[in-house]
Amino acid sequence: MGFEFKYIVESIPALIEGAKLTWYITIIGITGGMVLGTVAGLLRLTGTRAVGGESYGFWRVLGVVGQKLAIMYIELIRGTPIIVQAMFIYFALPMLIEVSTGIKGVRFNALTAAIITIIINAGAYMAEIVRGAVESVNKGLIEAGMAMGISRLQLIANIIGPIAFKRAIPPLGNQFIISLKDTSLFIVIGVGELTRQGQEIMASNFRALEIWTAVAVCYLIMTSALALMLKFVEKRMQII
Amino acid sequence: MSGVIEFRDVGKSFGKVEVLHDIDLAIEQKEVVVIVGPSGSGKSTLLRCINGLEIITSGELIVNGICLPRQRRQIREIRKEVGMVFQLFYLFPHMTALDNVAFGPRKVRGASRSEAKAIADDLLEKVGLSDRSSHYPAELSGGQQQRVAIARAMAVKPKIMLFDEPTSALDPELREEVLNVMTAVAREGITMVVVTHEMSFASKAGSRLLFMDDGRIAEDGDPEALLRSPSSDRLKDFLKHVGY
Ligand SMILES: Nc1ncnc2c1ncn2[C@@H]1O[C@H](COP(=O)(O)OP(=O)(O)O)[C@@H](O)[C@H]1O
Ligand SMILES: [Mg+2]
Repeated sequence: MGFEFKYIVESIPALIEGAKLTWYITIIGITGGMVLGTVAGLLRLTGTRAVGGESYGFWRVLGVVGQKLAIMYIELIRGTPIIVQAMFIYFALPMLIEVSTGIKGVRFNALTAAIITIIINAGAYMAEIVRGAVESVNKGLIEAGMAMGISRLQLIANIIGPIAFKRAIPPLGNQFIISLKDTSLFIVIGVGELTRQGQEIMASNFRALEIWTAVAVCYLIMTSALALMLKFVEKRMQII
Repeated sequence: MSGVIEFRDVGKSFGKVEVLHDIDLAIEQKEVVVIVGPSGSGKSTLLRCINGLEIITSGELIVNGICLPRQRRQIREIRKEVGMVFQLFYLFPHMTALDNVAFGPRKVRGASRSEAKAIADDLLEKVGLSDRSSHYPAELSGGQQQRVAIARAMAVKPKIMLFDEPTSALDPELREEVLNVMTAVAREGITMVVVTHEMSFASKAGSRLLFMDDGRIAEDGDPEALLRSPSSDRLKDFLKHVGY
C-alpha cells in the first residue's frame, strides 16, 4: 500500500469544492476584519496626537465610548481561542439572544457563523496591527497635516492612512495567512471547507497519506497566493 | 487697534512645568517678527501655541480674531490662515513635490484638481523647483525639501506664516536658498513669525526682533538696533554664542 496518485486524482473535485469554500470564508473574513480592525484600531487611539489630537463635544463622547468598547473587544478576542469563539457564535449566541430578548430561532448557518468568526477574530488582531502602524507614523508629519487646517478624516485618509498602511502590510499579510489556516477549525461546526472535505474523503477510503498530502498542498497554494497578492501591493507602494 | 496675533498674559505648562510665563505680545499685520533665544527658552512652544499645536494653559491668545483657549473648537479656522514651516520639513513622503503643494488648495480650499495644480506649478516656480515637481521628497536635497515645504504652506494662501528654525537642519551651503525664498515671502507682505539663528535674516528681512530667555520675552525691538547695541548682557552673551 504505497503512495498512490489515483487517490489524489479522485479526491480533487471534492477538495476543490472545499478549497473554494475556504477561500471564500477567508476573503470575506479578512476583508471584513480589515474594516473592523481599522475602526477598532483607530478608536483605540482616540484623543492621541497619532490621530490628530483631541476632539470636542459629541465626537469626544463617541470617541471615548468607542475607545472603551474597542479595548474590551480586542482583549476579549485575543484572550480566548478562536475555536471557542466559533462555538460561541454558532451554538451559544442564539441561546443568548433568546434568553436576553425572548426572540427565538435566531440562528446563523454554519457558513455565516464561520465568516463572522473570522471577521471578529482577525479584526481584533488587525486592530493591534493598525494601532501599531498608526503610532509609528512620524508625529511631525501628522502635525504638518494638522497645521494646514484639514479635518481629522482628511488627515487619516490622506496622510496617516497611506503611510501607516505601507507599514502594516507585512503584519497584515501574516494575519491573512493565519486567518486562512484558522478556517480549518470550522470543521467543528460542520462547514464543508477544505479540511472537512479531506476528513470525509479519508473516512471513506482511509488513504491518510495521499489525502492529507493533497490537503496540505491545497493550503500551501492558497497561502502562497495571499502572500503573492501582498507582495504585489507592497511593490506598488514602494515609493513611500 | 489690536494685532492679528495677540498674547494676553499667556502661560503654557507641560504638566507641572511652566515653560512660557506672562507673555504679552501683539503682532500687527505684515510684521516680520524674528525670534531668537537659547535652546529650551520656549521659542518653538510660543510658535506652536499660535496655530494651536499646543494649547495655552493660562491667559488669552487671539489669532485672526479667534480667541484661544475659549474658541478652541474653531482651531481649524485658525490653522487655515496660518501656515507653518518646520525644522525637519515634514513633507508628505508618499506625494510628489507637486502633490505636496497642491494638497492644501485641494483639501483646505476646495480647489479643483486643475486649479490646485496651477497654484502648485506657480509656487514651485517661485521657489525655483519647477524641474523637481514630479520628484518625491526622498529624491530632494534638504534645501529643496524645505523650499517645497514653504510652497506647500503658502499654497493655502495663509495670512500668517510661522517658521521654526527652517534652516537649522540644513548644511550651511543650502541655507541661502531657503533664506532667499523666505525673504521673498516677507516682501509679499505676509505676517511672519520666524524662529531662527540667522541674524543676517533678522537684520535684512525682519521688522522686529524678540529675544526669548527662560520662557519670557526678554527683549523686543528693532532688529538693527538690538543687534548693533544689545541692551542686556544676556542678549550680548547669546549673540556672541551664535557667532554674530
Ligand atoms: N511636549 C512637551 N512636553 C514637555 N515639555 C516640553 C514639550 N515641548 C517642549 N517642552 C519643554 O519646554 C521648554 C521649551 O521648549 P521649546 O519651546 O522647544 O524651546 P526652544 O524652541 O526655544 O528650544 C523646554 O524646556 C522643553 O523641554
Ligand atoms: Mg525649538
